[in-house]
Amino acid sequence: MPPDGTAPRAPGDWVLLSYRVPREPSTPRIAVWRKLKRLGVAQLADGVVALPADARTREHLEWLADEILDLGGTAGIWVARPAAVSQERELASSMAAARATEYHAITEEAMAAAHLPENRRLSTARRLRAEMRRVNRRDYFPPPERERARRAIDGLRHPAAPDRAQETER
Amino acid sequence: MKWATRANIHIDRAACAWLIRRAIDPDAEFVFVADPADVPRDATPFDMRGVELGHHQGDCSFETILRHYDLADPVLWRIAEIVHEADLEDERYDAPEAPGLDVALRALSMVCEDEQVLVHTGPLFNGLYEYFRRATLLGREPA
Repeated sequence: MPPDGTAPRAPGDWVLLSYRVPREPSTPRIAVWRKLKRLGVAQLADGVVALPADARTREHLEWLADEILDLGGTAGIWVARPAAVSQERELASSMAAARATEYHAITEEAMAAAHLPENRRLSTARRLRAEMRRVNRRDYFPPPERERARRAIDGLRHPAAPDRAQETER
Repeated sequence: MKWATRANIHIDRAACAWLIRRAIDPDAEFVFVADPADVPRDATPFDMRGVELGHHQGDCSFETILRHYDLADPVLWRIAEIVHEADLEDERYDAPEAPGLDVALRALSMVCEDEQVLVHTGPLFNGLYEYFRRATLLGREPA
């Protein structure tokens, strides 16, 4: 990639949370960790996580920062820009890869349920759709696995659909 | 009284503003600020970092205000569950209405100024209140 400003586009803004949560008690520390995981953050270093900046991601991290302060920890919110497009791309692809793994697991579960009787197929589809929505909320750089997972779930409701989908893919 | 919150309001702030006018201060005047430092001295801040009427112990600001002003109305608490899930999405409550309301508010804020968002969401929250009031009386969905 060109080393100067001829790169296809400038890096965007990211919102960073730098934090330290007291080791004990462990319950609130784990709660913080779960919230970060649910937001799909990229871990930049020990105690530094990042999300692409928008009103929603920034607000979520800001409230979490307050929560960490309430726990007696330290927390700071930063808006930062990667110095190089390549660095941003690396960050984005690691986040996309993390989501791809989650989508892949959904696809596998849907495929495994394909041969079940209709009522169990439909209940699996309902559960996987809810899971899909959760993953979508933390998916900032959609990988191709997202569409595959969606189709696999649709396939549970309309068993003929996955074949047709593959036809059009070719 | 004057009340201040962050500009570019979303579900929690819109719901809080409605709640404040309905249950606390009918003549409430709202100021929207970009930075916490811009809150006028005579205004009560809400849904901002580091203020009393903000997020606390996992509650969203709407819930904090209900607790702070001892508002025990079960209908308001039912609405609080929806606001909480639309705002925090942490699955503390079962509020299937939340994702729809979240999108509606985000969509509205794309085409409306904050003042205008309050004009539109006022009747919406009044309607939700009536809906869940009837649901509470009937013990089932009213329609």
